[in-house]
Amino acid sequence: MANKTRNVFLSGVGGQGTILASNILGQALLNAGYEVKKAEVHGMAQRGGDVTTHFRFGEKVYSPLIKQGEADFLVSFELLEALRYINWIRPEGKVILNNQTILPPAVNLGKMKYPDNVEQTFRTHFDNNVWVVNGREIAKSLGNSQVANVVLIGALSKFFPELSLDQWTGAIQELLPARLHEINVKAFHEGRKQINK
Amino acid sequence: MKKILQGNEAIARGAWEAGATVGCAYPGTPSSEILAELSRHKEVYTEWSPNEKVALEVGHGASLAGGRTLVCMKHVGLNVAADPLMIISYTGVKAGLVIVVADDPGQHSSQNEQDSRHWTRFGKIPMLEPADSQECKDFTRLAFDISEAFDTPVLLRSETRVSHCDSPVELGERTESQVGKGLDRKEVEKLVMVPVHARARRILVEQRTAKLASYADREFPFNTTEINDPSIGFISSGVSYLHTKEIFPQYSFLKIGMVWPLPKKLIAEFFEKVEKVIVVEELDPFLETEIRAMGYKVWHGKDLIPAIGELTPTVLEKSLSLAVTGKDYEPPKVLVPIEDLPKRPPNLCAGCSHRPLFLALKKLGLFVFGDIGCYALAVSPPLSAMHASTCMGAGVGGAYGAGKVLGDTGLGKICAVLGDSTFLHSGIGPLMDTVYNGGYSTTIILDNSITAMTGQQEHPGTGFTIQGNPAPAVDYEQLARAIGVQHVRTVDPYNIKETTEVIREEVNRNTASVIITKNSPCILLRRTKPLDRFKHHHYQINDDSCMGCRLCLDINCPAISWTPKPGVAKNGRKRKGVAFINQDQCVGCEVCTQVCEFEGIVPCEE
Repeated sequence: MANKTRNVFLSGVGGQGTILASNILGQALLNAGYEVKKAEVHGMAQRGGDVTTHFRFGEKVYSPLIKQGEADFLVSFELLEALRYINWIRPEGKVILNNQTILPPAVNLGKMKYPDNVEQTFRTHFDNNVWVVNGREIAKSLGNSQVANVVLIGALSKFFPELSLDQWTGAIQELLPARLHEINVKAFHEGRKQINK
Repeated sequence: MKKILQGNEAIARGAWEAGATVGCAYPGTPSSEILAELSRHKEVYTEWSPNEKVALEVGHGASLAGGRTLVCMKHVGLNVAADPLMIISYTGVKAGLVIVVADDPGQHSSQNEQDSRHWTRFGKIPMLEPADSQECKDFTRLAFDISEAFDTPVLLRSETRVSHCDSPVELGERTESQVGKGLDRKEVEKLVMVPVHARARRILVEQRTAKLASYADREFPFNTTEINDPSIGFISSGVSYLHTKEIFPQYSFLKIGMVWPLPKKLIAEFFEKVEKVIVVEELDPFLETEIRAMGYKVWHGKDLIPAIGELTPTVLEKSLSLAVTGKDYEPPKVLVPIEDLPKRPPNLCAGCSHRPLFLALKKLGLFVFGDIGCYALAVSPPLSAMHASTCMGAGVGGAYGAGKVLGDTGLGKICAVLGDSTFLHSGIGPLMDTVYNGGYSTTIILDNSITAMTGQQEHPGTGFTIQGNPAPAVDYEQLARAIGVQHVRTVDPYNIKETTEVIREEVNRNTASVIITKNSPCILLRRTKPLDRFKHHHYQINDDSCMGCRLCLDINCPAISWTPKPGVAKNGRKRKGVAFINQDQCVGCEVCTQVCEFEGIVPCEE
């Protein structure tokens, strides 16, 4: 398994912190000796558009892009943006959903409906491989709603037993200014607690 | 030491390691981060230039004075810089001059999809094409050496999936350039491109190309052949090579690192070593056309691989599976048809000063010649307030030209709208034309005091340099008057009624006019404290007064949504639902309160 390239697909809405989340993931895996590649589309994202990150790691990674149907993990920061990429996940893939909805314009205007029962749709297809995390509430309870992204990375970290906790917290410390270390490390540990396996 | 770098950061790192002392650019997705990153190094003078043509000219001068120089732009930026580019090919350089051009296949954030590789053959300028961050650094570094060794500018072609991908890079040390500083007054035959000199340079350019072709074959280290299963050989370059290697790793490869001039000998050898050749490239059949012209039989290329849009591993597998493996491509199972899901297009931010301005234009029913910037988002329904948009600065000339055809019948019906950065980039020339040749169009400058869309870069009107140091700021009113515009007005766009009246007066005037928005900085530009101008920080819907008329929804503010809830308003009228304001997003700009006819929107208690 260690030699195989693994794929993490991250999706969300501009401003939710997906880029920092994938940077932490990348640094932790680099610290653990993997090659990592990640692809993002910037540009219009800041204006409330959807954002995605293709994240791949292994011994040797060629393409920076994940093939449709081959994501080992979907980590989504918003429920509609999770559903939009449901077809990218492998049948045995794992899904981490942040339990947050941000209404897109067509729903704001009352012209379309926000999809119902997103969690249930995922459970229908991925059974017990679906975890729902209240990232925003957890982050708020820690005193900063912006660290929801790191809560989700904490949750994801439970699926990488080959990485030590120091490799993860080290990555957080390398990437963030000192004044933000404590709250982000806390958010990371809270995220880990959300996954019981 | 290995560090994860974005492709753009790696290009900047390569320039720094190569001893670059100058960097110039105009921002444009996906190239913008290169110069921002380079500006962090104190050894390098960096600047945001007003446009790409200026950036390249500054870069050329810097090279002639002995400074290694990096000039960066997006693909359409090279169209603007094409004039100096084609001549610098003749004059050559002194210290290395490397021009980065970043394409955007799939048009993630661009008005067209163009393949910049065509400039290389057209301009007779060598081009390198890196595939990942390590290559971005290595190729940039080497490009400076090639530039000096062959007395030529060098193009480095990136694209969205190279510039905006992150991968580990082995960092190196900086080596100072050995080129001496100074200008030589005796080099006129090389540097003054009057016909008699240029004819002589023309011959040298062809000789240079022949030398570069030989270098590409014998010495350039990044054209590499891998012979595995010889039944199929792929010729590819850049990120397309990585996608192909991912899907068909067992076959043979010729990876081209310098896309022009091509390594003819290596290509000939590759055709001898493999049975059938497939050329894999994104966008146009550039390599394929060249290789076919050399007389080789290409088994497959653009007959199977789309020339439109981004080439992804999925697209590639779909195109080539049958030919390569003999088996049809099997698409992954569709669990949910995503076409039915609501889309999430980008939108003007809550509180953006562009929104009320476009509401005024909409009210007046004008044909709006727009331009390139955040304000192009005004085209989206329900705002739907832009009717043409071409390239940087084009709206000003467009509105003027339309007026020349429509004459009096067009009065009061046309205007041009563009941002401060775009106006300085290329709006001044057409404004001059409007005045000089008696046009009547109104040019509206949406001054949000920054280059906003590309991520907040400074420009000559902001009062700051790329390093954040204070700088002189262009005075748009004085500039317009100096050109000869007699009617120059300013408006507070957040006052929709007054703004509408000023625009109405100016568009009906039979002479050129300019309207500039004042005190309207980008809502994300923290240093201007943009929220301080608003009296209240949040507004809410008064559920009793809301008539459910949906007027406030039509302004397309991300903070306002619709709640279906059939009932009766305070005045007894039936309603199907009410509006709702999301307090997390509302900033208190009071644009919706000016649209509401029923006093249904009130400040929140602070």
